[in-house]
Formats: sequence, C-alpha cells, structure tokens
Amino acid sequence: MNWFILPIEKRPADGGPLNQDSIKEPTVKEAIAIWGAPTDEDEKRRVKEGYARTSRTKILFIVFGIIALVVSLIVAVGLGPVTIGFFNSIQILIDHITGNIQDRTNDYFIWEGRLPRALLGALTGAGLAVGGCVMQSILNNNLADSYTTGISAGAGFGATIAFIAGITLSTGAYAVVINAFVFSLIPTLVILGISKLKGGSPLVMVMSGIALMYFFNAVSSVFKIMADPKDLAALYAWQLGSLGNCQWPDVILVFVVSIPCTLLLLFFTSRFNLLSFGDDYAKSMGVNVSFLRNTSLVAVTVITAILVSFTGLIGFVGLVAPHICRIVIGSDNRYLLPASAFVGAFLVVVADTFGRVAFQPYELQVGIITAFIGAPLFLYLLLRSKKTVW
Amino acid sequence: MEVRVESLFCGYGKEEPVLSDINLEMSTDDGLICIIGPNGVGKSTLIKCIDGLIQPQSGAVLLDGKDVREYGRKELADRIGYVQSVYDTRSNMSVFETVSMGRFNHMGWRVSAEDLQMVDRAIRVMGIQHLSEKSINELSAGQFQKAMIARGLVQDTEVLILDEPTSNLDIRSQVFVTSLLKNMANVEKKLIIMISHDVNIASKMADKILILARPGRVLAFGTPEEVITESNIMEAYGVECDITDHEGRPNILIRSDSV
Repeated sequence: MNWFILPIEKRPADGGPLNQDSIKEPTVKEAIAIWGAPTDEDEKRRVKEGYARTSRTKILFIVFGIIALVVSLIVAVGLGPVTIGFFNSIQILIDHITGNIQDRTNDYFIWEGRLPRALLGALTGAGLAVGGCVMQSILNNNLADSYTTGISAGAGFGATIAFIAGITLSTGAYAVVINAFVFSLIPTLVILGISKLKGGSPLVMVMSGIALMYFFNAVSSVFKIMADPKDLAALYAWQLGSLGNCQWPDVILVFVVSIPCTLLLLFFTSRFNLLSFGDDYAKSMGVNVSFLRNTSLVAVTVITAILVSFTGLIGFVGLVAPHICRIVIGSDNRYLLPASAFVGAFLVVVADTFGRVAFQPYELQVGIITAFIGAPLFLYLLLRSKKTVW
Repeated sequence: MEVRVESLFCGYGKEEPVLSDINLEMSTDDGLICIIGPNGVGKSTLIKCIDGLIQPQSGAVLLDGKDVREYGRKELADRIGYVQSVYDTRSNMSVFETVSMGRFNHMGWRVSAEDLQMVDRAIRVMGIQHLSEKSINELSAGQFQKAMIARGLVQDTEVLILDEPTSNLDIRSQVFVTSLLKNMANVEKKLIIMISHDVNIASKMADKILILARPGRVLAFGTPEEVITESNIMEAYGVECDITDHEGRPNILIRSDSV
C-alpha cells in the first residue's frame, strides 16, 4: 500500500489496513422484502432528508456564485479613472432605480459607462460558460467549448472581410456585428447537414468543426495577407475580445437573445445527464437524441454568435468555468449549468475590471485577462482536487 | 405484455445480417429469460432490436401486436428498461443521483418522495448503500455494474432487458442478481430478459433459455430441462460436455480436451 498517494483523511488512525465501510449484502429473500415493503412515511422522510442534504451543497455553491457575481458587479462599476466606493456605488444604483438621482456625475459614469459594460461582461461570461457546459455534454468531449464547432472561425471570417475588404451584409454601426453573427452560423449549419447525412455521432461533429475552423481560418488568412496594416490592427483588436464601447442597446439585445436559449438549455439538463451515459442509454430512456443534440447545438450557436459579434473572441471561460464547477459540485447538469453560468459571469466581470483598472491609463483586453486569471485558478483546483473528476 | 419477433433480419449497415429469420414469442408470463450463445452471434443485437435501438433490415418486433417502430421513444421507455453491458461515461455524479436517473420518465421538475424511496430501496437491494454518495466513476467494475442494475430496476417497466448484467460480478453476486431478477419477474409479473455467459447459473435460475447459434439463428428456446442438452451445447459452442443434475436443474461440465 502506497501511503503517499492516499488522501490524508482515508488513512486509518492506527496506521493499520484501510478501514473499509461495512458492507452488508442482502440475501435474495431480504432484497425482495426491501423492494416490496409497504410504503413507509419514516423511510420516505429519511431518504428525502438525505437527498436534500446532498443537494444543499450544490445549491449553496450556486447561491455563493450569485453573491460573488453581484459583489463583483458593484465593485466593477465603482472602479475606474474615478473611483467610487462600494457602498456609494450601491447608493447610486438604488438612487437611479428609484428615480432620485443625487450625484449626477457619478450616476453618469456608472449608468452610461461602467454598468452596461459590466453587465455585458456578465452576460458574455455566462453565455460562454453555458455554451461550454452544454457542448462538453452533447459532444461527450471534455475539451469542447462554444467555439468547438467552428463558430469562432466563422465569426472571425465575417469580421475579417468587414474590416479588410469592406464586404458587409449591412451598413451602419452594426455592420461588423451583423457580418460576424451571420458568418458564425455557417459552420453549425454545415455540421447539421453533415450529421444528417452521416449520422450525428459526437466525434463526427467535433471533427467537422475542426475541419471547418481550419478552412475559415485559411480563407481569412488570404484576406489578411493582402490587408492594410491599419485594418489588420483593428481586426486584431476585435479578435482579442473587448467589452469597450458598449451601449445599453447592445446589452439589451444580447440579453433578449441569450436568455431564452439558456432557459431552453436549462430545461434539457436532465436529458444531458442521461446522454452522459451514451446515446443508446439516453434513447432507451425516451430521449430523442438527435433532436436534443441538434437543438442544443443551435441554441449554443445562437448564444455564442451574438456574444462573439459584440465582444469578439473571449477564450478560455467557456472551457474552464464548467470544469471549475465540476470539480466542486460534480457533473449533475441540473446544477452544473446554472453554477457554470454564474462562475463564468463572475470570471469575465473580474477579468474585465482588472484589465480596465490595473494598467491605467491603458486597457488590457478582457480575452487576455480571462486566460491570465483562469488558467492558474484552474490548475490550482486541478492539483487540489481529491476526487477523480474526469 | 407480449413481445413477438417475426422473421427478423437485422445487422449493421449493408453487411450480411447478424440475425437471420428470428421468430420468437415472449410474454410477461415467461418470467426470466436467459439468452446464451457464443460471442458475436447476435445476442446484443437481438435485444437492441427489441428495444428499437436498431432498425431491423426486414421483419419486425411487435409489442402487444404493435410494431416497435410505431411506438414513440418515450412510450417505449415506459414499457422497456434497458441495461447495457458497457457504458462509456465520464460522469462523476453520485451513485444515488445516477440511480435516480432511472426515474427520469416518472419525474417532473421536482423529485417526489416516492421516487427517492424507490431509488434508495434499489440501492439497498443491490447492497451498495455504503457507496450511495460516492462518485460513480470511483466504483469498481462490479460495483458500477450493480449501480447500473439498480438504475434498471427503478425504471419499473414491464419488460427489463439486461445485456450481460453479471459479467463483472463475483460468484455470490452473479447468483444473487440472477436469482433476484427471477424472483422479481415472477412476483411482479415482469418479463426480464438477460444475456449471460454462465450456462449453469442460467440453467438454475431462468424460467426459459434462448440459445442462439451461428449464424444468428435460434437453436433452441424453452425450459432449461428442454434446451440444456449435450447436443445443443455442442452445436452452439462446439464443446463436449457432461450434463449432471444439480438442485433439479441440468448442470454442464465442460470436457476441457474438447476445446
């Protein structure tokens, strides 16, 4: 027995052999008696309490995530070139909502500048994390995230031709956004087509996603070679992912698109659990697997497309937020999905605030910071976690 | 419920059918049916066909006279439970949560006290209550298999199909599970179909045995006394054996020099 690899709490006090839990296997007669026993209210209560106890930790984690998000939002609106205190920020937010504005300058800073940006950050983080969580489930792949099926490459291509060649599907302020949105849908449509022809195996979907990603990146590269350096810089800034220059209408639009999709996915969570035991099992439990997979893919694509169009490519959150939650609360998607959403939102809000404040008067793009904060946090949890998570 | 398999041909893609011209009649009066036969003969293919998970090339499986393909997936899930032999899962849900997935069709948004009680009972029936809060991917192969059987039980269907449910179990648990399934089938008037490689346990517990032989055909279907014969074992597996009587059922002893 190698004591070094055993977690500390499992070592018996006297250093003797491992203390196995007492295992009592019933006889067939006893088993039949257990199974067929009349309904017992005491037993029901005991089991229900046990179940409530195990669910409590998970609900607590989600509540904790919500509190962390709210606090991070309040801190985010307070920090900037002009610092507003934590409680002062709360006061200003309340004053604005109640229509009793006292401090006009700070009210302007918060309501017109920092709050929409922070909220868009929260929506982005939540959307990417939900997308990552769902993609990891439906594609049965731990490395999947919202971008796996080529959404990022499609959006990148749309933005590339807008910035460099000036080819846009519409004109006006939203030209790049609309380009990115429309082109990001193309890879998913192709994948749905392929899975229709070839059977929707998760691996086929991931592989076609990768193929499409390379294809779109290659086409984008052709444009980039011919580009003006000034246009390239603008494109590069977009690709890094930024929450700057965001307005209330952007926030509202993202909210209106991503919330119904997220609610739909939330409704599917117990089906995702079944799917984690394989397509055949899910089918035998009454799930229409290809419908579930395709609908979820479309919902994730729409969420991701709208986010990418407004904020550019913010990496890592979608991959890592679900894994962080999985380490803490396990892989029951009914809890994992909301938990991932709040943790993802929290990460992006913190990352964006840090990038905005830490290097004043310069701003570091949120996409860079998410990886800066997320990667060490993730590695720490990976090393610390005692359980086998994957 | 009555399961009828009518001149079923079934296989994968455009290849030769694995099963050819299978005709069977099974019902909830039959209790426990064990399917035995050599590797690759189509045992799993047959039970997947019965649960509508793969489409027959021709012929049909009828449940109460209606073609399986005409049932919706949810209707089938209410009638047939299916426990696979192997699961490729990365899930780290607890054993309790995993077993409660078997109640999926009965649960709404909120899990009822009845569901929870049933899950708890199934876990105790399988003797894995000490593992109930452990993550499913931390179990041994045998413990995992017991959890999967428990999950099949809580689905509470008239027909339960199990693909090699005892392949990873110790000798006590093999007899326990097979005997438990037989008792449940008889007490609760269920049809339980299981694939097994232990001819002797099958012979001892099953109400009926179905022997499949190459190439994908029914060699014999009947009570253990009727079908466990030297000639049938020879034809199915190509081994010589002696048949003795143990507890009133045929018991085979394989002659090792015939292999």
